[in-house]
Amino acid sequence: MIPDNPSRAGLSPASEAELGALIAERFATRQPLRIAGGGTRVETGPVPGEVLSTAAISGVVTYEPGEMTLIARAGTPLDQIEPMLAAEGQALAFEPADMRGVLGRNGTPTIGGVVAANASGPRRLLAGACRDHLLGVRFVDGQGRVLKNGGRVMKNVTGLDLGKLICGAHGSLGVLTEVALKTLPHLPDRCTLGFHGVTVEEAVAIFSTALATPFEVSGAAFRDGSAWLRVEGLGPQMDYRRDRLLGLLKPREAEVLDGAATVALWRDLRDLAHFAGTDAPLWRVLVKPSLAPATARALQALGGEVSLDWGGGLVWYCGPGSPQAVRQVAPHATLVRRGGLDGPAFPPEAPPVARLSAGLRQRFDPAGILNPGLMDR
Amino acid sequence: MSGIAMPRPDAGILARAPQIVAALRDILPEDAVISDPEETRAYECDALTAYRCPPLAVVLPRTTEEVAAAMRICHEMRVPVVPRGAGTSLAGGALPTADCVIIATLRLRDVLEIDTRNRFIRVQTGVTNLSVSAELEPHGFFYAPDPSSQLACTIAGNIAMNSGGAHCLKYGVTTNNLMGATVVLTTGEVVELGGVEMGPAGLDLMGLICGSEGQLGIVTEATLRILPRPEGARPVLIGFDGAEVAGECVARIIRSGVLPVAIEYMDDVCLRAVEAFAHAGYPDCAAVLIVEVEGSPAEIDHQIARIREIADALNPVEFRESRNADEAMAIWKGRKSAFGAMGRLGDYICLDGTVPVGQLPYTLKMIGELSRQHGLEVANVFHAGDGNMHPLILFNANKPGDLERAEAFGNDILRLCVDVGGCLTGEHGVGIEKRDLMGKQYDGPDLEIQMAVKDVFDPRWLLNPAKVFPLDASRPWREEAADR
Repeated sequence: MIPDNPSRAGLSPASEAELGALIAERFATRQPLRIAGGGTRVETGPVPGEVLSTAAISGVVTYEPGEMTLIARAGTPLDQIEPMLAAEGQALAFEPADMRGVLGRNGTPTIGGVVAANASGPRRLLAGACRDHLLGVRFVDGQGRVLKNGGRVMKNVTGLDLGKLICGAHGSLGVLTEVALKTLPHLPDRCTLGFHGVTVEEAVAIFSTALATPFEVSGAAFRDGSAWLRVEGLGPQMDYRRDRLLGLLKPREAEVLDGAATVALWRDLRDLAHFAGTDAPLWRVLVKPSLAPATARALQALGGEVSLDWGGGLVWYCGPGSPQAVRQVAPHATLVRRGGLDGPAFPPEAPPVARLSAGLRQRFDPAGILNPGLMDR
Repeated sequence: MSGIAMPRPDAGILARAPQIVAALRDILPEDAVISDPEETRAYECDALTAYRCPPLAVVLPRTTEEVAAAMRICHEMRVPVVPRGAGTSLAGGALPTADCVIIATLRLRDVLEIDTRNRFIRVQTGVTNLSVSAELEPHGFFYAPDPSSQLACTIAGNIAMNSGGAHCLKYGVTTNNLMGATVVLTTGEVVELGGVEMGPAGLDLMGLICGSEGQLGIVTEATLRILPRPEGARPVLIGFDGAEVAGECVARIIRSGVLPVAIEYMDDVCLRAVEAFAHAGYPDCAAVLIVEVEGSPAEIDHQIARIREIADALNPVEFRESRNADEAMAIWKGRKSAFGAMGRLGDYICLDGTVPVGQLPYTLKMIGELSRQHGLEVANVFHAGDGNMHPLILFNANKPGDLERAEAFGNDILRLCVDVGGCLTGEHGVGIEKRDLMGKQYDGPDLEIQMAVKDVFDPRWLLNPAKVFPLDASRPWREEAADR
């Protein structure tokens, strides 16, 4: 099951054993590697080393809808996994984005890349992030050791949870070879409530009201003066939830989008289509939702545009602000698209936390060969 | 005392006990240090009561700063520290050693902040699980993880063990509901991990701490995700004449797209015990499922209708719907009294392995065979939706050798869980109980990397000693740590 377009250049081992041998050799010679799944997720910037792709370590190992469990090798393309789950009425509930448009790439997004980046889209608000659905991992560490952690069952507290560390480490602690994920039923009915001509303050107020209800709003995003709420359900659920929300938010008037329009809109919001087609720097900023309006306004004052997701908990900023200026407004900002900017993509850690992180990196990757400089400077 | 070995206490530390206690008294309030053997005896065990050992001293801090001060002293004087929440661990996670200082979170009882607009609560970790939801009730919110010990167990212990509960099929376990943690490291240094934002960038150290069984630090404050209370919830009871068909029903419900908040399972041994104890009016059959769904009345009716359709195709012995709160309580009554009911049958040990849901029928069959081989009765009551089994092995503590036989039987069951693709522990933790089985689940290098992680956080290996990692495997690490 080798994808049609494996990574164009660089190293592409075909098995976990081959990958282990390759990294062991690079460990011995202290030669750095740039880790990529399909190469569609992370703008590494000036990171040294030869590109190592896991695209050829591919294939679904098992999928059990009755157990809500998927096990797939890291290089398995997302566009192989998503239709397979959809055919059983299930999905990856954390709704990973397709970043190709916004990053101007044309690789094949892989499940390993999703996990390495802890990529989580609008439904993260309700369902949790990728890391919350990760049941187990197999990976190769910086010495070439093949390791495993977790398993395939939904409740597992056996030993330390290294999956949490690996998920979101962008390949810097180890190279994923296999992931086990929890899948969830995909509710069949959906609609969207759109509130137009609102300020960012009004948008967050709408989100706060909606998210304090038990109606399981599965998307709360804002862009271009419109606040959007996604409502889903099974049987009579969706109509009931929609009507209750409309009632609660009166006298505001809302446009109601049907199922097909909802799918299209949220794919667009998820993939940040509004920030594609430009190469201005793009920042991902995590804030307490009630601070989103002030953060959004301070970022806009630097020039450029913002949009919100996760009910205000996530602010996207696309604009020319300098890294210093952006991080002054938003200490938790990550640079997703560089747009010519140098410097670290990830926010600095507090000194004692940085010491722990450095200690962990030293144990997982003693020679510092896995994506050096990506997260650790 | 039975099969599980603990290392010999360090004679040097025991000899220095007066100085250690004096150093702790020096920096902590008068009533925060306990060293009188009459009083330390109250801390000699947790809920795995077969193992007991009074600690050298017990510290009961009221603030993060006091925890940090005690940790610093213990680090400087090279004294092992056993963190303790409410002591409800079933795996010996809070079992002391004679040369340790217990640092308990019991007096860290403040609710620091409730923020419904941003949907979190911030607490000191000595608050009980149930009191968190009680605090939230007037606001229309709740905290989702609900371990069955929730009346007593603390958030600190929930975080250390990554506790689950009956409702985690829908809402996840502690790690999915923890947003931030204030952690005191072994040196007494205090770090903030996570926060009120949703998943900050950088390595997920908070995710690593959650479920680490006190091996990496002590969590003194926590920011927890809170959820709006559902409009309503109703259980149904479904009886089957075989384990296999009950297991099939679980898989079909999950596959159907209905996501219940809970699917609980009880077998015939458990049903009979519960009936005799609680008179819940359960059917006399091979297996009972309790399935709970949430929502508005119309939503609940719809979901129950779907579940009935699924169950009917499998010829249940009984399908009982609750029409009101009293009937709902009656359905839950037996399940909630299951552990008490089993206690009346004799002594028992409660296991906690997880298996893939599709393997439930086979695993139950094999447990039955093992029960015959070992000559001990077993009852099964567990969270079926996620495959987290709780076999209760009945034995007689007064009969010489019976506990050892029960432990051997338990170990066989846990090995079986791993063999069918599951794990040793779903929510109770490894503690001492499953420590020496870790090699069954993880190969040498898999354990080595976990111990390397502990080594980063706890270079002197003072935190919660002799737990989680097999003693043989951890010996080289501990010996090296002695020189640091």
